[in-house]
Amino acid sequence: MNEKRIVIDDKKINRRRMYNKTGQVLFFLSTVFGMIVLATLLVRIFTQGFDYLNWDFLTSYASRRPEDAGIKAAIAGTVWVMGITIPVSLVLGVGTALYLEEYAAKNKFTHFIELNLSNLAGVPSIVFGLLGLTVFVRTFAMGRSILAGGLTMSLLILPIIVVASKESIRSIPQEQYEAAYAMGATKWQIIKTVVLPAATPGILTGAILSLSRAVGETASLLMIGAMAFIAYLPDSIFSSFTVLPIQIFNWAGRPQAAFQSVAAAGSIVLLVILIAMNSVAIIIRNKYTKRY
Amino acid sequence: MQPSIRDLIKKNKSKSSSVNITERVMPIILLLMASFSILVTIAIVFTLLRETIMFFTVVPIWDFLTGTEWFPFFGNDPSYGIWPLVSGTFTIAAIAMIVAVPLGLSSAIYLSEYASEKKRKIIKPILEVLAGVPTVVYGLFALTFVTPLLQVFIPSLPIFNALSPGIVVGIMIIPQVTSLSQEAMNAVPQAMRDGALALGATRLEVALKIVIPGSFSGIVSSLVLALSRAIGETMIVATAAGSTPRLGFNPTESIQTMTAYIVQVSMGDATFGSTIYYSIYAVGMMLFLFTLLMNIIASYFARKYREVY
Repeated sequence: MNEKRIVIDDKKINRRRMYNKTGQVLFFLSTVFGMIVLATLLVRIFTQGFDYLNWDFLTSYASRRPEDAGIKAAIAGTVWVMGITIPVSLVLGVGTALYLEEYAAKNKFTHFIELNLSNLAGVPSIVFGLLGLTVFVRTFAMGRSILAGGLTMSLLILPIIVVASKESIRSIPQEQYEAAYAMGATKWQIIKTVVLPAATPGILTGAILSLSRAVGETASLLMIGAMAFIAYLPDSIFSSFTVLPIQIFNWAGRPQAAFQSVAAAGSIVLLVILIAMNSVAIIIRNKYTKRY
Repeated sequence: MQPSIRDLIKKNKSKSSSVNITERVMPIILLLMASFSILVTIAIVFTLLRETIMFFTVVPIWDFLTGTEWFPFFGNDPSYGIWPLVSGTFTIAAIAMIVAVPLGLSSAIYLSEYASEKKRKIIKPILEVLAGVPTVVYGLFALTFVTPLLQVFIPSLPIFNALSPGIVVGIMIIPQVTSLSQEAMNAVPQAMRDGALALGATRLEVALKIVIPGSFSGIVSSLVLALSRAIGETMIVATAAGSTPRLGFNPTESIQTMTAYIVQVSMGDATFGSTIYYSIYAVGMMLFLFTLLMNIIASYFARKYREVY
């Protein structure tokens, strides 16, 4: 009687073990699926665009013929837009984070700002594009310029920079503050000499990661009216412009297969830029972030 | 020639008054910067609202909300019924969720319950790269790779369809589902797992009966956020889903989403002040309200799970 029960339990345990094993394999395969897709995407984009990728591609303007088309104007446009976005979003983002972490009282207003930031982070980028189109392009009459595009992009990545900066500031231990207070430093002196230097690697990492999002961002700049056919380099922040992702979108939408290959070549350049930016961010994170 | 004590005190006082000014001014400047984000929200709501109201002076709001035909480009007799765009948007979002929920949750369970620290350190950065691929590249991938691949299995599938961009949007949001759900699962105390394991539960039983119920609201929050992103996704659908507003949920047809309509108009030459120009704000307003609602629901659930542990 007793022995029989043990045998039955054995069967049950074996079954449960089998389920566990099956589950583990299934969960692992699901995890691997994402990597397989990523590998497929990279290989596909690379093989598709490789033939068009050469020095001429980087140094010529857009063209009606796929073999002559290049991304010179697009790269210049991306650099110019980032030239506006980087300072604006960094100053506003770090300022907001400093206020929230160092000065803000725990009251309803602070809570409202935080809630508002997290909601802004969830607003689709195309809605930011509508905002930029109305406010910057029309109301402030900046036209379809680099300035309007750069400012729109700053607003888009502002919530991400704030979150990254806040986390970085929060990780500074209380002892550092207390030591500085004990030396007679005032609040702003502490921020200037203790908080900002210690938080800089974290802020930089977050900033580079969010900027890499801005470099790949298409929808909002499309609304601003960044054009895809530009055969000159921008000469001021009021010039009209195009950026790399918009150029890719434009080529991808053409019916000829050749242009889709050109789009893939542009995608390779874009991915290389993004991977380079992410690597820099990871290096900064690993090398300069202090552990307390 | 040492300065007298009196001079030193004077010097220090004048210095400290300038210090005092910075001490008083900096918080105000920083407060203004922090308030700027509120200004941005107000600006978004205000611009959308103003132009949407302009739109509703031409097109009755009732027709917009109940109409089932969206033909803004029919010169003499345009019709602005939002439902075809809404159904297109939700077709894409539904396909994306069908792809992302099982795969994303499975990898979250794997990473949080099965994987060793070493494997986690390899897998997570790869998922981050997947999340960092620009959507326009995903769009190109959907159009030139996934669609032809699907056409092998469904020969009647047109070049522009809802299925291919839907699947790719799903792939795009997998990393988000995985990382947010895994975060929620990590918040379940180890002691609860250990207790179940000590009673003889397998890891699968721990995952299904302890970890998932314990992190349920966090998982729901991550799924709602992912849904919100799928609804707001623009470039993949604008590239690969076509531009045929159609009421219904047939994934093998060309459709148009709310976001793709806005792109289509902005690329065309809708004159400033025309009805078509104002219509993108009305559609943008719908989009904004949908995603805002999702975000509020998500943060409600997120707060709930943070309160538990």
